[in-house]
Amino acid sequence: MTRTGSPLGRRVLLGVLGVVVLAAVWELYKALGPATGVMIGDLTVLPRTSDLAMPHVWDMVARLFRPVRSAGDDEMMWQAVLEASFFSLGVAAVGWLVGVGVGMLLAILMQRFRTAESALLPWIVLSQTVPLIAIAPLVKRWGSQIEIGEFSWENWMSVALIASYLAFFPVSIGALRGLESPDVNHVELMRTYSVGWWATLIRLRLPASVPYLLPALRLAAANAVIGTVVAEVSIGLRGGIGRMIVEYAAAAGGDPAKPWAPIFGAVVVGLLAAGVVALIGLALTRYRRGETPA
Amino acid sequence: MSTEPAASGQTVAQGQPVASARPAAVSVAGVGKVFASRKGTDVTALEAVDLTIAPGEFVSLIGPSGCGKSTLLRLIADLDTPTSGSIEVFGKTARQARIDQAYGIAFQQAGLLPWRTVRANIELPLELHKVGKADRAARSSELLALVGLSDFADKYPDQLSGGMQQRVAIARSLAESPGLLLMDEPFGALDEMTRERMQTELVRICAETGAAVVFVTHSIPEAVFLSNRVVVMSPRPGRIRDIIAVDLGRAEGRDEGLREADGFFEAVVAVRESLHGESAGAPAARGVDIR
Ligand SMILES: Nc1ncnc2c1ncn2[C@@H]1O[C@H](COP(=O)(O)OP(=O)(O)OP(=O)(O)O)[C@@H](O)[C@H]1O
Ligand SMILES: [Mg+2]
Repeated sequence: MTRTGSPLGRRVLLGVLGVVVLAAVWELYKALGPATGVMIGDLTVLPRTSDLAMPHVWDMVARLFRPVRSAGDDEMMWQAVLEASFFSLGVAAVGWLVGVGVGMLLAILMQRFRTAESALLPWIVLSQTVPLIAIAPLVKRWGSQIEIGEFSWENWMSVALIASYLAFFPVSIGALRGLESPDVNHVELMRTYSVGWWATLIRLRLPASVPYLLPALRLAAANAVIGTVVAEVSIGLRGGIGRMIVEYAAAAGGDPAKPWAPIFGAVVVGLLAAGVVALIGLALTRYRRGETPA
Repeated sequence: MSTEPAASGQTVAQGQPVASARPAAVSVAGVGKVFASRKGTDVTALEAVDLTIAPGEFVSLIGPSGCGKSTLLRLIADLDTPTSGSIEVFGKTARQARIDQAYGIAFQQAGLLPWRTVRANIELPLELHKVGKADRAARSSELLALVGLSDFADKYPDQLSGGMQQRVAIARSLAESPGLLLMDEPFGALDEMTRERMQTELVRICAETGAAVVFVTHSIPEAVFLSNRVVVMSPRPGRIRDIIAVDLGRAEGRDEGLREADGFFEAVVAVRESLHGESAGAPAARGVDIR
């Protein structure tokens, strides 16, 4: 299996290959699969192969280069999707940053105080069992009551907050593991230098936590994107990819390729988010020496 | 009991450093250490240990596994506190000595930080104690030369062999020119050849820096080759059984030839007999190399 060591060009090539294979499987099933789909009892396990359910790959791509409303002289579909993607990416980025900040703070707090760990950790785990659908309206309602001078709470902030709610979890858990990863040997060495907790954190615990932190940041990025898209729908925020998916799905009857355009947009957002985290990983290469690929 | 084998093949025979008005490097008085366990079966790791080490003196601790060598070293380093008795380092409490950075320490594992270059690892204690950049660079260059790793300054620990890593750790422990070096089986993981070369280097480094050393080892020849005095310990509870003075000549004069000298063998025999102790004829104490 190709692992982190492979050169960049090869990894890009493999990524492209993956997309090509996916498209080929799609078309192959569409050509050969039964028109009614594959059923086990009443359960559809594979979709119907009609153009309505599974448009051709080239139709979906071609749709990107036609105006949004087939008849009108709107902007091109790809432009609209890209705009929505960047809007969602921006909101997700804010959510990610807040989530990473909160997650790190919680992890540092839990590392510092044993009691904080036993007091906080169960709640952190429990927090993730609350369904998004349940908290979205709450967040929106609370937010609408906030108004401090010039500042007033806006809907996109609710979406970012929900994204951060999903993003902070892997960071707090990963960072805590990372901060507690140094050998006793190293911790005692710092003690012989009679430096305090803070210097030990900066010089030893934080650098040692990097290999644990990077996968957590990647997970947090994925969570932030998913959280943003879903929260856009439940809060009803316009302008982002989530809302677009719902709107276009309604048009599927007359224009089956249309709903797929924002889905591609969502994939682009996910890729960009993963790319940013990969860049962070690249910048921290020094701290990943001896890292065993997970 | 003390044996004094004649130094042979050496120019000047001068065992211990001249005693001075300075306080002892280490002074351990009536120290005991009990590890309390939950089940109520307390472990007495050390009992009534008395030991005084002069400035510049090289003392080895030897004894079967579990006799409390590491514990004694950790007490001197103030990584743990004694249950009874007192420990002074250069006339200060162990705690104050640690705060004042009176000692440097090296463990069995090199314990280098993998994300720092060799040079940055050596500079770690200096950096933590706010030594300026230029002074740090000068000091680390000096130490790199001392341990013969100048060409590896910008390498990372994973690019070094075990022996080289250990040398970096020793350089790091010397960074702040401590008057006392504490070493817990620093060569334990090395092969015999590297080990002997490192011993020779350590003798040279100690002569150059004039530091007192407390050195934990399982190897009798190693203890004899390095030390002014070998402290033989017995287990359960950990006590000092014997202190054997080794008079093999001035540190600067020690070299590979010494390993073949008669005095060397006599001292080895003395330490070995002491280790077997009263139970002569019984199987060799576990964990001690008797080569
Ligand atoms: N933290 C601890 N808690 C409980 N018991 C301990 C602890 N550290 C050491 N001991 C006990 O104290 C005794 C002495 O341990 P120590 O590590 O000092 O032995 P040692 O002479 O260094 O052995 P070795 O040669 O194997 O390194 C042992 O019986 C050990 O089980
Ligand atoms: Mg030990």
